[in-house]
Amino acid sequence: MKRIGVFICWCGSNIAATVDIDKTIAAAKQMPGVVFADHNKYTCSELGQDMVKNAIKEHQLDRVVIGACSPRMHENTFRKTVEAAGLNPYYMEIANIREQCSWVHKDKETATGKAISLVRTAVAKAARNEALFSTEMPIERRALVIGGGIAGIQAALDIAETGFEVDLLEKEPSIGGRMAQLDKTFPTLDCSACILTPKMVDVAQHEKIRLITYSEVEKVEGYVGNFTVTIRNKARSVDMEKCTGCGDCMNKCPQKVSSEFEMGLAERRAIYTPFPQAVPNKPAIDRATCRWFTQEKCRVCEKICPTGAIDYDQVDEFITQRYGAIVVATGFDTHKLDKYGEYAYGKHPDVITSLEMERLFNASGPTGGKLLRPSNGKPPKNVAFIQCVGSRDKAKGNPYCAKICCMYTAKHAILLNEKVPGSKSFVFYIDVRTPGKDYEEFYNRAYEQHNATYIKGNVSKVFPDGDQLVVRSVDALSGALVELVVDMVVLATSVDARSDAKDLAQKLSITTNAHKFFNEAHPKLRPVETQTAGIFLAGVCQGPKDIPETVAQASAAAVKVASLLSKESLKSNPTIAEVDQKRCSGDMSCMAVCPYGAISEKIIEERRGRETVTRKIAEVNTALCQGCGACTVACRPGAINLKGFTNEQILAEVDAICL
Amino acid sequence: MKITTEKINSNLVRDVEEVSGQKVSACFQCGKCTGGCPVVWAMDIFPHQVLRYAQMGLIDELLHSKTLWICASCQTCDSRCPREVDIPKVIEALRLIIMREKGGNYLHPNDLPARVRENAPQQGLVSAFRKYAK
Amino acid sequence: MRYSYYPGCTLKTKAKVYEDTTLQTAKALGLEMVEVEEWQCCGALYPLNTEEHFSLLAPVRALSQAKELNHEKMVTLCAGCFNVFKRTNKAMREDGELRRKINDYLEEDYLGEVDVVHYLEVLKKDIGFTAVAEKVKKKLEGRKIAPYYGCLLLKPRNEMDFDDVENPTIFEDFLSALGATAVEYPYKTECCGSYLSMANEEVAETAVGRILKSAYKSGAEAIMVACPLCKYNLEEYQKQLQDVAGENGKMSVLYFTELLAEALDV
Repeated sequence: MKRIGVFICWCGSNIAATVDIDKTIAAAKQMPGVVFADHNKYTCSELGQDMVKNAIKEHQLDRVVIGACSPRMHENTFRKTVEAAGLNPYYMEIANIREQCSWVHKDKETATGKAISLVRTAVAKAARNEALFSTEMPIERRALVIGGGIAGIQAALDIAETGFEVDLLEKEPSIGGRMAQLDKTFPTLDCSACILTPKMVDVAQHEKIRLITYSEVEKVEGYVGNFTVTIRNKARSVDMEKCTGCGDCMNKCPQKVSSEFEMGLAERRAIYTPFPQAVPNKPAIDRATCRWFTQEKCRVCEKICPTGAIDYDQVDEFITQRYGAIVVATGFDTHKLDKYGEYAYGKHPDVITSLEMERLFNASGPTGGKLLRPSNGKPPKNVAFIQCVGSRDKAKGNPYCAKICCMYTAKHAILLNEKVPGSKSFVFYIDVRTPGKDYEEFYNRAYEQHNATYIKGNVSKVFPDGDQLVVRSVDALSGALVELVVDMVVLATSVDARSDAKDLAQKLSITTNAHKFFNEAHPKLRPVETQTAGIFLAGVCQGPKDIPETVAQASAAAVKVASLLSKESLKSNPTIAEVDQKRCSGDMSCMAVCPYGAISEKIIEERRGRETVTRKIAEVNTALCQGCGACTVACRPGAINLKGFTNEQILAEVDAICL
Repeated sequence: MKITTEKINSNLVRDVEEVSGQKVSACFQCGKCTGGCPVVWAMDIFPHQVLRYAQMGLIDELLHSKTLWICASCQTCDSRCPREVDIPKVIEALRLIIMREKGGNYLHPNDLPARVRENAPQQGLVSAFRKYAK
Repeated sequence: MRYSYYPGCTLKTKAKVYEDTTLQTAKALGLEMVEVEEWQCCGALYPLNTEEHFSLLAPVRALSQAKELNHEKMVTLCAGCFNVFKRTNKAMREDGELRRKINDYLEEDYLGEVDVVHYLEVLKKDIGFTAVAEKVKKKLEGRKIAPYYGCLLLKPRNEMDFDDVENPTIFEDFLSALGATAVEYPYKTECCGSYLSMANEEVAETAVGRILKSAYKSGAEAIMVACPLCKYNLEEYQKQLQDVAGENGKMSVLYFTELLAEALDV
């Protein structure tokens, strides 16, 4: 008979206010195998853990049940506790009486009944727990960073500085991302390019960083320390070795296309670098618009290229590389405005988005940094800024606050007033949010020194009227109706997760929230890790944030990567599948459902009477198995068990609840 | 006009929410409803203020408002509301509170000018009497 | 193609021309419109409160009729009727409590089986504007017309599902099928004041004034509508045009079916 100890945690009032602790202890003492039961205000505290350790020694406990919060929170903590007291860590079992009981119930009596039932279940399982042992696995000491914006650039540089090799993957022909599109940055107004481009050059020159541009993740296999990633290197149609970046091809290419980098406000050629400071500064042919690829004529770039670098026959190539860790830094999309017809975007050229405004301010932008109205090329006098377009709108847009718009709009108001003397801005807001160092002061400057009038009122509709725009709203503070005639309207467009974020999440086996932002492992305490070990997050792909926060998160992710890669080896997860050779019928249903390719066929020899026969059975690759358990339910003879979650253990749990 | 705990907690707020099926507390006072209302200039209490008054329990003030009879239920406001509040339904609930009282009708057939009675389409007459009388 | 057809009160009286041109053009396009029998007034307005269910009995009765006739779709014309029917039907499909209450009064349960469509939707989706254009005998070339949608066809956004609420295009597409030019102006979906023209005339008049002036300034020679009340309001307050069009300034207001009849030459 096992000697089981039960420890019920109050979790302050989290559990104790809803679950009768004394009754639960009394009930636990009656459960088969339980020789000791006690409680503690905070079992996870040092005091609480010491109590568990002492009880194990004093009462010669060989199995431990902790009735507390979710195993997701503290399973690791308590495994270490019992290990320190000399038990195998897998002898410990958690009964989740917080998330699955006290937090979701109101009535104390029923909640106590349920808590007792959950403890009984854990006791039944603990009695059948076996000792499990981890093995050591080597680590591939190389990192992959997905996304070459400021988040990816910072993460790659910081990882490289710790001495590990990094591959920086970017889907566009150049790194730089959104930050490369911006003009000035709040709250200091330093020029975005001036602080970004040196970092881009550092990346290109760092001996530990390999830049893989115009490429995307195709497939991810493996697990922490040992990921195998297949990368699709899209056909650039330009030989990177031969190309010197002279740019002659781009000047002579006859096919003009709307420039994504310039937000459609200018044109680029079919052979192009997104912007002049591109890294690498070597063009790619956009095959969807190139005359050779669409009409089979032209080949001007080939004729003009002095080094013969144009290669129309290039095909997509696949690079397969092993990595110990991955940082995801894929950034964001701006919100689509198709549901906001009331703002006349696309109907009148002087209604633009804030990212378009950045390009109009930018010295290398379509107007050479002069702020001019798209409609007539004249400087605007009066500009209306509409905040929260697509943000804080659960009916038509994102319910969340995009976090950066209040600040960049204040910046736009200041820049407008600096660029066009005598100009005036009208900022329509719902609430102004400026939490950040020096942010409130920056916003104050906009209306104290730069002729910005803030109006608390969401604009309802923009009416084009000849070459001007009539903006209707209300000033909620004075209760007066507002009807302004302005020259331009700038829409503070919300921030969306990348449209393909779900696909990437699936490839990486990480999760997203309802708005497709990647989930961190814990919102407060593990903000850069994902639930999948070895995969980390940086920047807006995890949720809206500004540049300082993005850089901080990227550096944090880099430290996580470095601390992982600096280890010689990793302990494997011992809760993996195991085949009972005698029972296995060899029909391989398990192999079909295994998402990790961890099951293969094996031929074994058996003595049957006097004969030796061979037969096929399933075999689990212990390095590849992630312990998901899909095989155990697919197996008809019940020959596969998940260690730590065996059929016997689970049935004992069911019996404990039902019988 | 004064806001008090009694007013904020008054049953009238709950009545309005029940009859309209709308949660007035959902409104965050952005004013998009008011900015787009095609007849707002004729109102004494603006659409976003209707919700603010309701949140603060100033139901009496609302019941004396011209706004209730000006709103044409065109639903421009609720089509743009970022908080999914159907303001015409809130206004209708307030109108019903009045009209269900004896003598609460706003419109009698004799009130209509002869020209309107002669020429107006049935659709308009039926609509007006459904909105303004019980 | 056969459809149930619900004309509504106004189309039988003040808006006879709307019904006549609809039935003539439908015939010319090979559509059979079967008027539902013994229909009653739809109530003109969809109730905006949680307590009033029984005004929905009349529209549901008409819909049950259409179901009995084995028609997949019931066509309406008047924007008021369309609004009431579309919303009633959606509520009957989605609100179990309402369905139970209403069906207590019906011989056979109605569960929302019939689709409520506007005649314009029939033209666009069932026939196709390209096919309509092919049947045009007299192209309305050179005619500059301001499409005026009003509110009831489009709103509420989540219930009507007729076209984009802020930037609809079905009127424009229809006009170009007839060879006419649709004028762009920012008031095409702004309310005309609706029934305020009964008891609050000055409010409706101001609303109408903005629409008329904006359409006039954009170069329109006529306004196209799909709602008898919009038409009444836009015609009633034409004197608002005087500011921009002079003392005798006028703008004709036409049902879309009148333009269709002219183009099809029926």
